[in-house]
Amino acid sequence: MNLSALPLEDLIACPRCDALYHAAQPAAGERAVCGRCHSVLIAPRRRAGMTIIMMALTVTVLVLGALWFPFLRISTSGLQNSSTLLDAALSFVGGPLLIVSLAVVALIVLVPLTRALLILYVLVPIVFDRPPRPSARAAFRLAEELRPWSMAEIFAIGCAVSLVKVADLADISFGPAFYMFAGLVVVSIVQDTWMCRWSVWKSLDGAEGYR
Amino acid sequence: MLTARDAGLVACTRCTRVWPIGQTHCDRCGSRLESRDDKSLSRVWAWLAVGLMCYIPANLYPMLVTKTLTSSYNSTIVGGAIELMHGGAIVVALVILVASVAIPIAKFVCIAYLALSVRRGVRAAPGSRQKMYEIVEYIGRWSMIDVFVVAILSSLVQLNVVAAINPGPASLAFACSVIFTMLSAQAFDPRLIWDHIEADEDPASEGAAETIR
Repeated sequence: MNLSALPLEDLIACPRCDALYHAAQPAAGERAVCGRCHSVLIAPRRRAGMTIIMMALTVTVLVLGALWFPFLRISTSGLQNSSTLLDAALSFVGGPLLIVSLAVVALIVLVPLTRALLILYVLVPIVFDRPPRPSARAAFRLAEELRPWSMAEIFAIGCAVSLVKVADLADISFGPAFYMFAGLVVVSIVQDTWMCRWSVWKSLDGAEGYR
Repeated sequence: MLTARDAGLVACTRCTRVWPIGQTHCDRCGSRLESRDDKSLSRVWAWLAVGLMCYIPANLYPMLVTKTLTSSYNSTIVGGAIELMHGGAIVVALVILVASVAIPIAKFVCIAYLALSVRRGVRAAPGSRQKMYEIVEYIGRWSMIDVFVVAILSSLVQLNVVAAINPGPASLAFACSVIFTMLSAQAFDPRLIWDHIEADEDPASEGAAETIR
């Protein structure tokens, strides 16, 4: 097939290796993969839009909830302490380590929350067959750029490591927020595997709704 | 294999849309378009150098300062892991060693190798170099685990005079090192891996690519 004869909007270039293809919508559940570098180019799923909206709502609730409940409790010889997410994030306060504090807040609370809200802002109109919001494209681009910086799941593993680290120093137990974070790990993974970026961009072009 | 550049097009790496070569911004998502990012390698090396510089103090200074009734001691990343090993928590010690020592060092080596291989036209299979890039990009964020452990411990272990754990200066250096190497990996343009292969296979296409550039 002569690709250069096709209109530009029917073409897709692999973002990894620049190979050019004629974009054809695969059936739901199938994937279009770059023949040269094997990057996944298109992976639509049935009712993905609604699933992602539900997941984004769940992330919002879990992150906000996890802020207020303790995630670890410690007790030894009559003394006890429990720590919330905010305590952990603010533990560096005072001196130059404040920067670390701000980074921790951003990586485990602000970025996951911002991503969830941006995705809601982008997807809710197009899933319900409304025209996309005016700055939906910029919002979706930002959400994609933030993806590697959303580290809630790494924080959950960090909790488990800390648990073992102080196990001989004191008795330590998980609080409700820990389980919320564990849920967050699963939800973020589901959200990322259901999201087909190509389909979202296509919907934002106004050609068709996203389901 | 026809690439967007060979077809006289420039691809948006954010949204995979293609545009006529010469267009500067993607009309769909607004990203800056660059057929091949010439400055990519300079940015890779710059971020990598800063990341490496931060990694040195991250290992020399204490990560945690533990105060108990009778004593106060500082532990570095490696020191902390060795302590855990003596305490019998070998699995956790290994997690820490892998996340904070093995992964960062492997990342420095891999990014440097990828950046060099692109310029030198190394013949190693591009598929495996691509895989290496994907692994580096994916795994980089997991090094943050040690910073989070420090944050958790220093907020949790505040038991008045009996025991208190406070963050040490290495936590800042280590967090910076992780962030800078992530930026370094993101600055790398993986399309460069594939260009030299095309050029090696077919000298004619290299000529064509040169004129377009």
